[in-house]
Order: sequence, then structure tokens, then C-alpha cells
Amino acid sequence: MKRVFIVGAGATKVGEHWDRSLRDLAVEALLAAVRDAGIDKRDVQALYVGNMMSGELQGQEHLGALVATWAGMAGVAAFKVEAACASGGAALHQAYLAVASGLYDCVAVVGVEKMTDALPHDVTSALLTAEDQEYVVFTGATFVGLNALVYRMYMSRYGVKQEDVARFAVHCHKMAVNNPYAQFRREVTLEEVMSSPPIADPIRLLECAPVGDGAAALVLCNEDFLKRSPRDVLVEVAGSAVATDILSVHERRDPLAMAGFRKAAEAAMKRAGIEAKDVDVLEVHDAFTVLGVLTLEALGYAPPGKGWQLVAEGQLEPGGEIPTNTMGGLKARGHPVGGTGVYQVFDIVRQLRGEAGANQVEGAEIGLAQNLGGVAGTVAVHVLRRVR
Amino acid sequence: MVWAESVPRVWRERAKKYRLLGGKCPACGSVVYPHRQVCPYCGSEGLQLVELPRKGRVISYTVIRHPPSDFVGKEPYVVAIVELEGGARVLAQLTDVKPEEVREGMEVEAVFRRYREQSPDGIIEYGIKFRPAH
Ligand SMILES: [Zn+2]
Repeated sequence: MKRVFIVGAGATKVGEHWDRSLRDLAVEALLAAVRDAGIDKRDVQALYVGNMMSGELQGQEHLGALVATWAGMAGVAAFKVEAACASGGAALHQAYLAVASGLYDCVAVVGVEKMTDALPHDVTSALLTAEDQEYVVFTGATFVGLNALVYRMYMSRYGVKQEDVARFAVHCHKMAVNNPYAQFRREVTLEEVMSSPPIADPIRLLECAPVGDGAAALVLCNEDFLKRSPRDVLVEVAGSAVATDILSVHERRDPLAMAGFRKAAEAAMKRAGIEAKDVDVLEVHDAFTVLGVLTLEALGYAPPGKGWQLVAEGQLEPGGEIPTNTMGGLKARGHPVGGTGVYQVFDIVRQLRGEAGANQVEGAEIGLAQNLGGVAGTVAVHVLRRVR
Repeated sequence: MVWAESVPRVWRERAKKYRLLGGKCPACGSVVYPHRQVCPYCGSEGLQLVELPRKGRVISYTVIRHPPSDFVGKEPYVVAIVELEGGARVLAQLTDVKPEEVREGMEVEAVFRRYREQSPDGIIEYGIKFRPAH
């Protein structure tokens, strides 16, 4: 296996881009990543497009050829990678494999979702294509609702109060204030979160990642190709793993176990030769507050039922024990679904290069990004390491 | 919205949906709903077709207040994980109960109810919901 490096990274701001289409966003991010790498876009040999819902929301598939055409890259090997909300992480995994295998020297990945073209309940329905249509979607459950089932079990089992879990959203908003790419650059108070309307009890509006549009892109290459790039600080993809769990939470023996969290993280960390305690910056898939807290526990940063304490103590902030979602996470940076897994790595790349501005984690060398599809039916984990 | 209206898709699941037909794994003994070919827990094949008990209890529940497009107008409604006697779990709506009266651990029983219409003039989909047990 060849070593794989991220030599370029680019993104659009996450938000409601009424004036811009899915292809506009993808092309902007992709070209920004190519420029950042300081290479010629014709050097890119393959393109992986992470996206979930273009078929439902735009009636548009075949994104590989579409994006390649509009980016002036027609000719490259290109196709869409879909794994629900983990589409971005799964696409990056494919890009990693393509370079690691030695088949390609330089490839690009772009994660994109354009959600505001559709009405809210149609977006809800489109997101539900990630679940079992015959036996779950049929019941009228929503993704918020499925996470709410987990949330209620979590609070009951460990005697945790909702106020404590909901604090995760407060943290993310505080971080996003300093991220120019974030959808919500403003703080929220715990009182605002707790008094926002319930969407699917117990989950309240301000505990949910927002609907938004955006695209993020990365250029990956092998060691030989690095000579063509002017970059002096490099980021290596030290580990890349994808794991699945039984699709629907109610069928898992323990719906709180989140087996995929550990399985993917352990595989990626083993490949990178690190342990969870070595991670300097963490990106977790906080589509709902409870997922952020559950991840902190699954990765061993806190015992079961105690993840909320790290949030309350400020340990997730730069300078804390485990700086997490330092650019706002899904909650406040935003969650353009197929883009998210790539945005997470884009955020870590900025930290490892020392480009994170006011939220810089001093001396950050190792980052870990966890991207979930469905209620963690798919988990993609990447370990990134600064190499010079 | 149902992505592609389809009668055969509803028809072929009718026995499993109307009669709660599950599968019992010959190797690990797990009981799953609905019946399928392969055990999700141990990978063994040839699950025995069993009609599941119609009584169980609520393991967790939520109140859907922002529904997908094919349930618009029916909110708020309760969706719960019900663990049937014998261990199989079913995701289903609760009925004949107010959302604020639902509790974890509540005893419930299966009833046959209407779920959704594929479109205003499309097929009506029925299935099992659960109500408080008497
Ligand atoms: Zn089995």
C-alpha cells in the first residue's frame, strides 16, 4: 500500500444558496481544492462524488460525469458514492483506496448536497431513503424520530438529563462563530435549545443539524506526486475505514451499543498506529446532540452516561482534553448531507496546517473524523496526521 | 411522497405485515420481525416462519411532530419500538392512546390499522399498530 496525502482542500460556505445549483457548489469546491494543491486539474486521474439525495431532490444522477464536465475535467474516471449521510466519508474512503492501491497518483473527492431546492417534508422523505422502506419508513418514523428512540433509551438507562445532552449544541454554535464557512456563526444558550420546539420527542429543533447546501473537496496523492505541489505542510491520511451495523436501530440487540462506532474507529486507528488518547482534534457526526455524546463514550473519552460532562467542563474546546467539532460540527458548521464527511476532514486539515484561526488547537498533529450514515448503519472514520 | 407508487410492492409483504410473520433462527434461536432468509445476528440461513405473539411492551417511543410528506396531516403520532413476548422487536405506531399517556415499559397489543395512502388515488397501505393492552 502506498502512503496517501491530502495535498489540497477547498469548500463553499454552508448555507441556503438560493442562487446556486448542486453542480455550481461541487465545481466551486473542487476547483478550490485543486488551486489549494497548486496543481493542474488535468493531473487529477479520478473523481469521487459523495452525495446522497440528488436523485430525489434534483432528479439528477450520474454525478460523476456531470461534475467532471462542468469542472472541465471530462475524461477522468468519475462516479457517485452513496452511503446516506456517510456518502462523503465513503467517497473519501474510495479515493484513499484508489491512491493507496497504486492505481492512481492523484485523485479528487467532492462531497456535495443541495437541500434547499425542496420543501421541508420532501427533504424529510428523501433522507428516509436511507432507512428500510418496507418496515421502518412505512411506519411514519422520521430520522429525527429514530434518533429520538435512541435518545430516550440513553437518558433512561443512565439517568442523564436532556439539558446535559443538549449542551452539545451550545458547544458547536460557540465554535462556529469563528468559522467563515459555517452556516450559523452565532452562539445559542442552553435555554434557547431547551425551549425550541420539539421535532420528535424528546429531540428539540436546536438539537438537530440544520438543512443546508454546500460542497467540500480534497485532492489526494501519493508520495511521488507530492513533488509537483508547492505545499510544505502536508497531511497524511493515516487511516481510513468503513464499517456497517444492522441497518435499523430497533433490530440491534442493544440499540445504544453503536457497534459501528468502535469497529470503524478501531480499524482506522490501527492502520494509523494510534490510540484514541493520541487524537488532538476530533470531528464527530452530531446530526443530533445525543450522537455526539454517544461517540465520546464509544471512543473511550468518557464512561457510558458521562460524555456530557466533557461538554459541561469545556473539554471539547481548543485547549481542552479532547477538542471536538472545533469548527462547529454538523450542528453549526452545517450538514449538507453528502458533503459532511468531506467537510469534517476539510476542518481537520485546517487545524493540522495551523489555518484554523481563533479556534486553532496549538500543535495539533493527529485528527480523527467520524461520519455516520443513517442511525450509524454506516460509519466512516478517517485518521489524519500532519507530516511536515 | 412514496418514491414510486407500486401495488405489487405492498401485495408481496401482506402476510408478513398483516399477520406479524417472523423468523426463528435454527442456530442462535433469535426471533426477528419480519421473516427473512438470513439471521442478522449469526448469519445462519433457513429461518423458520413463525407467527409472532401479538402482545409486548414499549421499549422506547417518540412523538413525530414533523412528518415525512406521506404522513402530513396525521401528526402528532407515536412511533415506538415494541418488544414482543419471545423477544422479536417491531417498529410501529401506537394507536388508541394519547402521546402524553405513553410510557416506557407499557404493555401493548397488536391491532390491524391503516397506515398511509401512496397518493390521493393510490393504494392504501395497512399494517399492525399497537394499543394499550387490556
Ligand atoms: Zn441466528
